[in-house]
Amino acid sequence: MSDEIVLKTEGLTKHYGGVRALEGASFELKKGEHIAIMGDNGAGKSTFVRQITGVEQRTGGKVWLYGEEVNFAGPLDAREAGIETVFQTLALADDLDVPDNLFLGREKTKLDFLGPFRLLDYKAMREATIAGLEKTAVKIPNIRNTIANMSGGQRQCVAIARTATFHSRLTIMDEPTAALGVQETAQVENIIRTLKDAGEPLILISHNMRQVMELVDRIIVFRRGRICANLKKEETDGQDIVAYITGAKTGEEFMETAV
Amino acid sequence: MADTSHGTGGLTFDKSKRTWPNEMNILLALIIIIVIFEVLGQLLPYMNNQSFLFDTRERFDSIFNEARLKIIILQVAIIGIIALGVTQVIITAGIDLSSGPLVAATAMIAMSFAQTELVNGNPNPKALFGAWAMDLPVIVPVVIGLAFGALIGSINGTFVAYFRIPPFIATLGMFLICRGIALWWSGGRPVSFPTEGYKFIGSGMMPVVWFLSLAVIFHLIMRHTVYGKHTYAIGSNEEAARMSGINVKRHKVMVYMIASMLAAFAGVVLSAKSSTAQAGMGEFYELFAIAMAVIGGISLQGGRGSIIGTVLGAMVLGVIRSGFTYIKLDGSYQLMAMGGIIIAAVILDQYRQRNRA
Repeated sequence: MSDEIVLKTEGLTKHYGGVRALEGASFELKKGEHIAIMGDNGAGKSTFVRQITGVEQRTGGKVWLYGEEVNFAGPLDAREAGIETVFQTLALADDLDVPDNLFLGREKTKLDFLGPFRLLDYKAMREATIAGLEKTAVKIPNIRNTIANMSGGQRQCVAIARTATFHSRLTIMDEPTAALGVQETAQVENIIRTLKDAGEPLILISHNMRQVMELVDRIIVFRRGRICANLKKEETDGQDIVAYITGAKTGEEFMETAV
Repeated sequence: MADTSHGTGGLTFDKSKRTWPNEMNILLALIIIIVIFEVLGQLLPYMNNQSFLFDTRERFDSIFNEARLKIIILQVAIIGIIALGVTQVIITAGIDLSSGPLVAATAMIAMSFAQTELVNGNPNPKALFGAWAMDLPVIVPVVIGLAFGALIGSINGTFVAYFRIPPFIATLGMFLICRGIALWWSGGRPVSFPTEGYKFIGSGMMPVVWFLSLAVIFHLIMRHTVYGKHTYAIGSNEEAARMSGINVKRHKVMVYMIASMLAAFAGVVLSAKSSTAQAGMGEFYELFAIAMAVIGGISLQGGRGSIIGTVLGAMVLGVIRSGFTYIKLDGSYQLMAMGGIIIAAVILDQYRQRNRA
């Protein structure tokens, strides 16, 4: 397998008891590519992401990251392998400030021999935070503010800055602008463009057709737990995608899924 | 750092922008309560112009009434040690009800390894074990007591973290179990006459020394170590902590273990101070410890509060206790007043939450 492929899944399957949330999803992401995952509610988009990032254990199928087969036991494994995820629920600790959240679970520390009581290196974390926020051009008035005191857009930016601060090999965003206003959405989209310019691969889950058409190179459509279309942006349009999402149309190579 | 700003607001790290710390409110409340007692002392007809905090005697060799200051802190020191641990548990959005009985059980167990063989030349009348357990070095009962605390705490933590039993229920069960252990250990008889070395642990102002030095240590731990940061993170958003790769279950076990070890140490200090251990010791200690934390601004929802707050909360309780003694109102009024203050503290906390959101 060539190094050009960042992420490859084959027959990725997840059953919750009798519910087949994800069925045989096979997929490839190339270097520097930004792709969008679309689909109706419950189509399996988030389930797909949760299997890749190790938040849940898959029922079946294989995952390769940069040509290497991976089996993440948990989200930290995935993160250490270079997959940074902005979850729908943001996964921020409300009572902590920005650097604390950025470095949660991987703090910069001193005197590491103290085990769980090793000291936090606040200064280093603060500097890295400022550097990371600059890289993404995120605006946050005061990084010492706790997340609870921030607007939805600022919270989203913190969550995204977390992925940018660490040199990630793959960024996944699960509906990053779903709860945001116009200005805040524009800010998040800017960050995504910054990542594109930096050549960092990205998977974006979104319901926003305009956003998807503007930002990504390729669109994957999920329907009823299966991938039903794999479309290049230049070869498709909004109406076409909607047809796939609603099941009015199914890609030729995916005909067997049109049940 | 001017060039680090981006558009509106900009990106800054500005120490001056830090908000008014919650601890200041508690300090303010503490001062107000002291002033109230001082004023009451001047106004009430039967008080003969005594002062609450200040030395009013003629010879004027000290400004403050030192005896009163000592008593204020001494009477909350032992429960304060428990409160330091309960604070950490509450910050993870849990609760620990087992600490009071654990104090009694640890007192019994530690004391039985701290007994002295001869009391005024006669064999120890309260001897629990044979001569092998007599006059041991002081480290032995202390280590045994702490180990017992660690065992109870890790059981609490395991039930809460791995079996997903609500902390209230898990520690309520442990509350009864520990009281049972305390009664069973010596068949209900008190265990007394410790060695001089053991007595020293609780002599004079030693409980205060333990309380304050442990408070400093745990303040630093909660502020400046990974352990502290993860404790806050778990209480703040457990799901986020888990997704960030924190081993939430193991961490919770550790928090409950540390809390119980602190309660066990309080049991050691208490039994050393009273030179005896009885199965009924430590009654309501768990509740007063929780009260100190709550008055000190530790949110029961988890994630917020500090050791400094708990120390101030302990001082508030201490001041109220000796204040009521000072204006010659008996214990029943004290309990009612403390109850009122605890409820007021929680109402204030919720009011702050609503205003912030």
